[in-house]
Amino acid sequence: MAPEQVSLEKYLRDRLRHKDLLLMTHVVCGYPSFEANWRELEIMAEFDVDLVELQFPFSEPSADGPLFVKANQEAISNGVSPADCFGFMRKVSEHFPFKVLMMGYYNTAFKMGAETFVKRLAEAGGCGYILPDLPVEEAGELHELSRPKDLASIVLMTPTNTEARLKILGEAAEGFVYAVARKGVTGGKTEMGDDLDAFVSRCRAHTRLPIGVGFGVSQKSDLDFLRGKADIAIIGTAALKAWEEGGGDNLRSLLGSLV
Amino acid sequence: MSLFDFVEGREGYYGEYGGTFLPEILTATIEELRLCFRSSKEDPAFWAEFAELMHTYSGRPTPVSYLENLSNKLGGARIFVKREDLNHTGSHKINNVMGQGLICKRLGKKRVIAETGAGQHGFATATMAARFGFDCKIYMGEVDIARQRPNVFWMENLGAEVVSVTDGQRTLKDAINECLRDWVTNMGDTHYVLGTACGPHPFPEMVSFFQSIIGKEAREQILKEAGKLPDRVFACVGGGSNAIGIFQGFIDDNVELVGVEAGGYGAGSGLHASRLAYEDASVGVAQGFKTYFLQNDDGNMLETHSIAAGLDYIGINPILTDLWEKQRVRFEAATDEMVRDTLKLVMRTEGLIPALESTHAFAQAVLEAPKMSKHEVILVNQSGRGDKDIFTVADAIEDDHWKQFIKDKAVEYGA
Repeated sequence: MAPEQVSLEKYLRDRLRHKDLLLMTHVVCGYPSFEANWRELEIMAEFDVDLVELQFPFSEPSADGPLFVKANQEAISNGVSPADCFGFMRKVSEHFPFKVLMMGYYNTAFKMGAETFVKRLAEAGGCGYILPDLPVEEAGELHELSRPKDLASIVLMTPTNTEARLKILGEAAEGFVYAVARKGVTGGKTEMGDDLDAFVSRCRAHTRLPIGVGFGVSQKSDLDFLRGKADIAIIGTAALKAWEEGGGDNLRSLLGSLV
Repeated sequence: MSLFDFVEGREGYYGEYGGTFLPEILTATIEELRLCFRSSKEDPAFWAEFAELMHTYSGRPTPVSYLENLSNKLGGARIFVKREDLNHTGSHKINNVMGQGLICKRLGKKRVIAETGAGQHGFATATMAARFGFDCKIYMGEVDIARQRPNVFWMENLGAEVVSVTDGQRTLKDAINECLRDWVTNMGDTHYVLGTACGPHPFPEMVSFFQSIIGKEAREQILKEAGKLPDRVFACVGGGSNAIGIFQGFIDDNVELVGVEAGGYGAGSGLHASRLAYEDASVGVAQGFKTYFLQNDDGNMLETHSIAAGLDYIGINPILTDLWEKQRVRFEAATDEMVRDTLKLVMRTEGLIPALESTHAFAQAVLEAPKMSKHEVILVNQSGRGDKDIFTVADAIEDDHWKQFIKDKAVEYGA
């Protein structure tokens, strides 16, 4: 039986009535600073970004590529804690029109306890979480606790998954499905072609939820490719790279080129 | 007791510890590995092939020797030692590595990657890759490369590519993260030869399976040499592979099993790698599995320290954590200072040169032996040899003649 619709899904469906491809972006909390994060988010809001992942820094970001690894590491050495991130998330969710998701690694949630995690996330105005090292088999308790708080547990589908596995993932998914465009870590290039097209279709066969595509989505041609196939384009590393290379102006021109 | 009779639906869990916590992209790869390992483990011909390989290539069985001088000097229990240091490449690491080489062959993969801290596991993996004809890439923290150049030298000369890892603390845990990043990219043709009984299922079980050869031999040998089972077995514990290897031989016997962790500068110093013997660690999920980690309240990992690079790790074998909780294994810690003194003692009284890692096990045995009776028997696992780590050992015992030699050598190289 399909799970009850969380409000994130409803929000995305509403947005999809007016836009053919939504945009989700990403910032690493506290890197280079919370002030810089705020300016990045202001620019993202200018371009009507629909959804933002706030990454909570973790010391062992083993699914991330070099740029996010460095960002995680420096944020931690600057003393950024989960408490700071929740505080920041609250300000963001109160101020900006877009929805925010927590992104991070499972130990951050595990260490504070699942109950505390969902409580604080809900209080901070988050609409869900992405924990890439938490397989659905292990996510039962967190899912149970999330449901009454209307928090979406975002499931990732990947090109190496079998049909049987995609079915299991589809049944566990809430809000939207995060389709990982290729093997590897965040930040590398992805070839937008028939393989990706076929993969997104495979995902579609196992979920009725909106599908976001991320990993290597970085330029206008990528978005053009995804339009009509996916529902959300997920821009991660490209935004941070733009910011690092040329601050606000650069980020503005990246986002301007995309939308 | 069988350590691997999993509760229905809880495969890979030892009590509350273990499990598989990996990015979704690796699900199919881990499943393929799990099935290959399962069928290999159930196939008696596979173990026979493994044992034969270890016999002809690594000189197994390694002996158990009686340390008469040391026993007499301490005046208590009789001390015996299992000589894993006599393996090819100088430590027990080769047992796991050759076993995983056979698995890699069964998987039909042509490339292996491995993390290494002290360099022992990387060295052993490079050897295996040369022997089996696999491409080989070793990830090693920049700090460890600086500490362990001789092992890097051998790895490179054996044909492996050694990649310096410059993220995080630039040590073992960071090398593991880098291996995971390689694996999520290249899983199609690549097997990840994890070096210790940690990480996601089936690695703890698989590494324990290959290392169980130590305990199987040791039980038979000690009965012959000492005429009885040991009263206590001591093994050092970093990730925990040599310990689980020897402990499995005595798990059903009335034998006390003692794991010795790296006490570094001691309890409360914040500079150690003792997860269970000291009280600084707590349960967490990282690097693919759930166990006790040295971490802060935010769940971020702490810096660790040991005189022995091979024990310098944030987490611990989930099987040992469960056995500790069930009070089947006792945990102690030996400080750097105890290790320095014990190494000198063992060299002078027995002519043995244990690795700094293994010396931790000796240190605790030396502490306890005098309080035991002459009728009691101690078995120490000498997991590796110290002579190949001459730079580290010379540093540890602050040998002035060695320092002078290095200075002269530097002049010779035009420094």
